[in-house]
Amino acid sequence: MIRIANGQGFWGDSLEAPLEQIRRGPIDYLTLDYLAEITMSILQKQRARDPRTGYARDFVEMIGRGASDLQTKKIKVVANAGGVNPDACRDAVARALGAKGVKIAVVAGDDILGRLDEFDIGNDAIRPFVQSANVYFGAAPIADALNQGAQFVITGRCTDTGLVLGPMIHEFGWALNDWDRLAAGTIAGHTVECGAQCTGGNCQVDWQTIPNFADIGYPVIEAEPDGTFVVTKHPGTGGRVSVQSVKEQLLYELGDPRSYITPDCIADFTSIHLQPDGPDRVRFSGIHGHPATDSYKVSISYTAGFKAIGMLCYSWPDAYAKARKADEVLRQRLDRLGLHFDSIRSEFVGANACHGPLAGEPAPDIAEVALRVGVRGPDKADVERFTKELAPLALNGPPTVTGLGSGRPKVEEIVAYWPALIPKSSVQPVVSIVET
Amino acid sequence: MQLRELAHARSGDKGDTSNIGLIALKPEYYPLLVEHVTAARVKEHFRGICFGEVERFELPNLGALNFLLHESLDGGGTLSLKADAQGKTYSAALLRMEIDV
Repeated sequence: MIRIANGQGFWGDSLEAPLEQIRRGPIDYLTLDYLAEITMSILQKQRARDPRTGYARDFVEMIGRGASDLQTKKIKVVANAGGVNPDACRDAVARALGAKGVKIAVVAGDDILGRLDEFDIGNDAIRPFVQSANVYFGAAPIADALNQGAQFVITGRCTDTGLVLGPMIHEFGWALNDWDRLAAGTIAGHTVECGAQCTGGNCQVDWQTIPNFADIGYPVIEAEPDGTFVVTKHPGTGGRVSVQSVKEQLLYELGDPRSYITPDCIADFTSIHLQPDGPDRVRFSGIHGHPATDSYKVSISYTAGFKAIGMLCYSWPDAYAKARKADEVLRQRLDRLGLHFDSIRSEFVGANACHGPLAGEPAPDIAEVALRVGVRGPDKADVERFTKELAPLALNGPPTVTGLGSGRPKVEEIVAYWPALIPKSSVQPVVSIVET
Repeated sequence: MQLRELAHARSGDKGDTSNIGLIALKPEYYPLLVEHVTAARVKEHFRGICFGEVERFELPNLGALNFLLHESLDGGGTLSLKADAQGKTYSAALLRMEIDV
């Protein structure tokens, strides 16, 4: 049995969680997911300004803080922290470790920005605006790096599930066409890829009784060579691992449950058998998979105009009516200024921003309502002008408004995301290993 | 009765499509979900929010249904101007549904 922990569900997740995973109980592998769909474009911009950047710096800081424990306990680390500059990430990790004789692997080859013209991406209109293009590799190159003796594996774009499946392939010697086991490892990866979202975080069932959110334990997988596994967390940590908390995460961001496609296999979520296995433990078995497809998914980012979002908060009495009136006045002024937007969206926080028409009419004596207005359009100057039309409403619109303390809303350039498929034969992952 | 008495849920996004996983609180509730919470009912429930098709998938092994609500996130991702651009609260919105059992 091997223990594989997740210590990061996205870039911006708890900085302490990975260290707690290292210190609060036994683990063999620490996996960390840093890359959301648009993270690559942000990193691309950073690298353009400074060629030494372009990776997840939080990861390097974590390695520095955890270095002595990682080395003493011989924990292996697998992270997609390399972003668009995995070599620079590796060098920074080597410095943070400050130890000799440590093997650090880099999985690269995912960046196909320079070759994008060769491929049909199904949307030629975005080509002039493309900022980054990265192939999602799977578990195979991670397993390859571990087979070569790496203690640290740093990847660029890579599936979240591959971070967990890779160590299983390496440890158990699974064949790359053993579809049932690959599917099991993939589903293990999916279960833990969002960190504490399977250990009681964001869980709707009896949420009031979930113990000690402040010290919530992140997930640990106890994996067996036959493809069965248990999802649990370190003893003494907060949160709750139950069949229900796990089911919620299994369904998170799921499409067709019979066909969860990764570069490694197709996993069938309708084959999963769950069983409680003692406190804070859920056992998975019965998982089936199908052969992988011939394609890799590519994540492409492109610039798509500008947006800005601002808020004004109106108090009782007639809070909702005041907010609606302010919205009407604002729209008249934007119209009179001749500004052009692709979209103007108004929401009323406190009344219906989350559930729209399903929320019904707010209570007539509602204490306060915030008007939240966003605009999106191709013209930066028009979006900029919009940001200057909110504050005046404090003096020249409906009464009892506040919430302008943070100043004018910021204009943001929109970096949007476009997925495409390319033939697997057209690109190869590149594994390289450096010994410190 | 309100769906929240029979089920719990979690929602997330893929571009402009949101997914809602609806999970029976007890195994005996699952057939009720299958019967009453159809794709058509969900499409009607989310009128004014979901402007595309609603697809439904069954996971009897988990006592769960998975719904895909296409064109429901104002473009999705970074394009969306919604406060809930990722449909994180749509799970709870589905649990508002009233069904006759």
